[in-house]
Amino acid sequence: MGWLGRLFARKQMEAELDKELRFHFESQVADKVRSGTAESEARRQTRLEFGGIEQIKENCRAPRGTLWLESTLQDLRYGVRQLRNAPAFTCIAVLTLALGIGANIAVFSVVNTILLRPLPFPNAHQLVRIVEKDPKAGESSKTYTADITQDFQQQNHSFQSVSGYFAFTGPNNFKLSGSSQPTPATGILIAEGFFETLGVKPAIGRLLRPEEFVHHAQPAALLSYSYWKRTFGGDPGIDGKTVDLSDKLDLNNSSVTVVGVLPQTFDFGAVFSPGAKIDLFVPYIMDDFRNDGNDLALVGRLKPGVSMAQAQSEADALFPQFYFENKHPEYGKGSTAQLTGLKDYVSGKLRRSLVVLWCAVGMILLIVCVNLSSLLLTRAAARSREFGMRIALGAKRSRLVRQLLTESLLLAMVGAILGLGIAYIVIAYLAHQGSLSLPLLSMVRIDGTALAWTLFIAVGAAVLFGITPALQMSNNHLQEVLKDGGHGGSVGRRHDRMRSSLVVTEIALACVLLVGAGLLLRSFLRVLDVDLGFEPARAGSISFDSDDGGNPAKRVAIWQEVVRRASTIPGVEAAGISDNLPMSRNRSWGIAAKGQQQVDAKDFVPVFVYIVSPGYRTAMGMRMLEGRDISWEDLVNNRNVVVINQTVAQKLWPGQNPVGRHAIAGGADAEVIGVVADVRETSAEEAGGAQMYLPATKQFGPEGSYLVVRSKLPPDSLAGSVMRMLRDINPGQPATEFRPVQGLVDHATSPRRFFVLLVGAFAGLGLLLASLGIYGVISYVVTRKTQEIGIRMALGATQTRVQLDVIWETMQLALIGIAIGFAASLALARLIASLLFRTQPTDPLTFLAMVVLLGGVALLAGYIPARRASKIDPMVALRTN
Amino acid sequence: MKNNEDKFDLPQGTLDLLIMRIVALGPIHGYAIAQRIQQISRDALQIQQGSLYPALHRLEYKKFLASQWKSSETGREAKFYELTAKGRTRLRTETENWVRLTDIVSLILKGTLEEI
Repeated sequence: MGWLGRLFARKQMEAELDKELRFHFESQVADKVRSGTAESEARRQTRLEFGGIEQIKENCRAPRGTLWLESTLQDLRYGVRQLRNAPAFTCIAVLTLALGIGANIAVFSVVNTILLRPLPFPNAHQLVRIVEKDPKAGESSKTYTADITQDFQQQNHSFQSVSGYFAFTGPNNFKLSGSSQPTPATGILIAEGFFETLGVKPAIGRLLRPEEFVHHAQPAALLSYSYWKRTFGGDPGIDGKTVDLSDKLDLNNSSVTVVGVLPQTFDFGAVFSPGAKIDLFVPYIMDDFRNDGNDLALVGRLKPGVSMAQAQSEADALFPQFYFENKHPEYGKGSTAQLTGLKDYVSGKLRRSLVVLWCAVGMILLIVCVNLSSLLLTRAAARSREFGMRIALGAKRSRLVRQLLTESLLLAMVGAILGLGIAYIVIAYLAHQGSLSLPLLSMVRIDGTALAWTLFIAVGAAVLFGITPALQMSNNHLQEVLKDGGHGGSVGRRHDRMRSSLVVTEIALACVLLVGAGLLLRSFLRVLDVDLGFEPARAGSISFDSDDGGNPAKRVAIWQEVVRRASTIPGVEAAGISDNLPMSRNRSWGIAAKGQQQVDAKDFVPVFVYIVSPGYRTAMGMRMLEGRDISWEDLVNNRNVVVINQTVAQKLWPGQNPVGRHAIAGGADAEVIGVVADVRETSAEEAGGAQMYLPATKQFGPEGSYLVVRSKLPPDSLAGSVMRMLRDINPGQPATEFRPVQGLVDHATSPRRFFVLLVGAFAGLGLLLASLGIYGVISYVVTRKTQEIGIRMALGATQTRVQLDVIWETMQLALIGIAIGFAASLALARLIASLLFRTQPTDPLTFLAMVVLLGGVALLAGYIPARRASKIDPMVALRTN
Repeated sequence: MKNNEDKFDLPQGTLDLLIMRIVALGPIHGYAIAQRIQQISRDALQIQQGSLYPALHRLEYKKFLASQWKSSETGREAKFYELTAKGRTRLRTETENWVRLTDIVSLILKGTLEEI
């Protein structure tokens, strides 16, 4: 019989063993009877000769090799019974473990996806992002001109391929017309070979072909998987069909051939533009963009065996020689290139935040372990007689430790399974947070690595929280245990000390978490408090179609009509139009002061551009500092005027009044008519750079149009009337969404909000667990001292006196914990200094708040048992002995 | 039960050898093995049940012995052990080892002090 057979044939083997020994016994008795002994005497003698029959059996079982497993199963069965007999303890233990482990799995999955796992492309380590070395003006300095891109593609020897995408796409830049109402769509222009470089294969059809990247090529498009499912119902025969798709820039309705659908696993937004939903991909035709300046974000795939350093040194040699535009050598040359692994580029900035998050959640698990350790110690004290008895009956110490660890492991495993459930829900929720501007978030899932991690932390936790009580328990001297009534004996006191130090540890850990969360929260509040340069509250925006057929005069008339009618909608205070909104799309041009001398290429300051209508400034709530705003006359009369922001004013005309001066802005001579306050255009945390506002004249053609309205009412309530008005003016208006401008800011601050929320939740959880820990220990002490308190009260101690004593005992523990935590926090806060915003790592208010909060919670946790202690009836307490 | 002084402590592994030797004579149950050893040794060796059965089970799991339930001389069912081919080889080598060992040991022990 094999090992497994022996394991499963246990019952039969036991029966046979019994039968075999019985046969021996009976034969021996029979022999004795035969030689003249009375049967009862023969049986007695034989039984004596046999000795412990159970022991013989146990020795016969040993060679089977299945004993360890059987005893483990026995331990498990016993453990399950033990846990079932203490449902309250089991529930609390499993729930805290589930919370601790669940939080850990969820955070690990996020960390794993964003930091640890390679990007979801084949040989992702070869992928490189190429940007300017000194990023001065946002996205524009992270991009290159068509000519530079082509020169680099042709001359480099380090890359298998280099491609890119048009980096300045706003949401809903396309309009899909067809059977019913036109719907907006977001499309990205990709350079030739983009998907080939990434290694993405189409799910249906084919990728774009080289001939589709030439001037006047037959228009073609690739669909994203979700757009194909959503809009085309997952039509399997979509490839080769034509759809009516128009680009908002050309506004020429054209039929575009769908050549394929990208796989479900490819999420452009998740990797390149966190939070963005991209619907389709169309060719970026180099020849159409030669004069457009920097607009390609470059991605390359290194040749196998070429190191990043080699590629970097080649790029360092090549890039400075490229002309910005080959047709215009006078625009100069001198670009640079910084090569960064795509993975690093995408998630590098988040590393520290995620590591902090990881630590915070690890601390939660530590607190959970400490809490459980303390709970188990209490339980072990109650079970000390059981263990004393087992030792007396011959159980080995290691056997007891094993039994206790098995129980811990059992708890941890049940906790881990529940925790997996919790993590699954949390992750499902996170992955669908499209508004969260975190890369790769939509790809977060519990994978094999996360499961392995779960197993690891569950076992780790079980050992961590189980080992102290187990050793402590098995260490007890038999005599002491059986003697010690559990009241004031030396073992009891030793346990108290151990429990107290556990509580102190717990408080110190909670302290560190609270300080971390406090600092992050304060930073977040500071961010919310920042002067954005505009007032997002009560403003809403909607992208609309001008339907002007490319005629500037017609466009101005339409704009005027839209703004006029929007202003008359009840509740609207101001309305205006811009082709760009802060914290959304990113685009920069150049501006230079026009003086006596010839303006040189190096005089230009990169500047964010907003092409606007009158009223936009008031609708956004921006402050005019000097001069006047753009007027309808400027638009109607095609007057080239420019409103600049403070930064531009200081750069170009330091110490002077720029109003009335002339500048070269957007390639044209323009008069500066006003100065506005800086607007934070990329995030709430970075100060706004140079910005200018141009009228939508013939010279400065807008790229799309957003109507912005400011109202007394919540922006949402206007959505219906605004859309009706736009449809009225242009029946072809696609069903775009009316969004609160606050949404743009929320999106920009979402990573910080995300981290604050999580770390805050962990700190709250830590606080709760720590207070439970304090409460548990103090109540236990009170219960144990019932007699003592009874005697003291019988001798005349007042209720207040008893209460104060218990509270003092609590506060002693709390104060030691807070002191240790305070010191640890001071040391650790420095490590998160770079994550803070306008907050010192030693922020006194945060530390003070932490001390008050923890002290208060400790007081509360101690007060409840203290009250109970003071209510002890001396007579009852003494009688219960 | 005999006095302790009359009994031997069997050297490690000897019991296995003795059991295999007895079993080699033909299928036999545990009680008979103990009796046979006692008879042959003229009561000098008494095998305790506590050693006999674990040894039998050990040998069985090592596949030196095989077992079968058969009716015994008294009509009751008993577990009869017999030597497997593997057990037979084992018995042969072990016996050779034992004989060589005892020869050497007695050679040394019987020698006079001068020879040492």
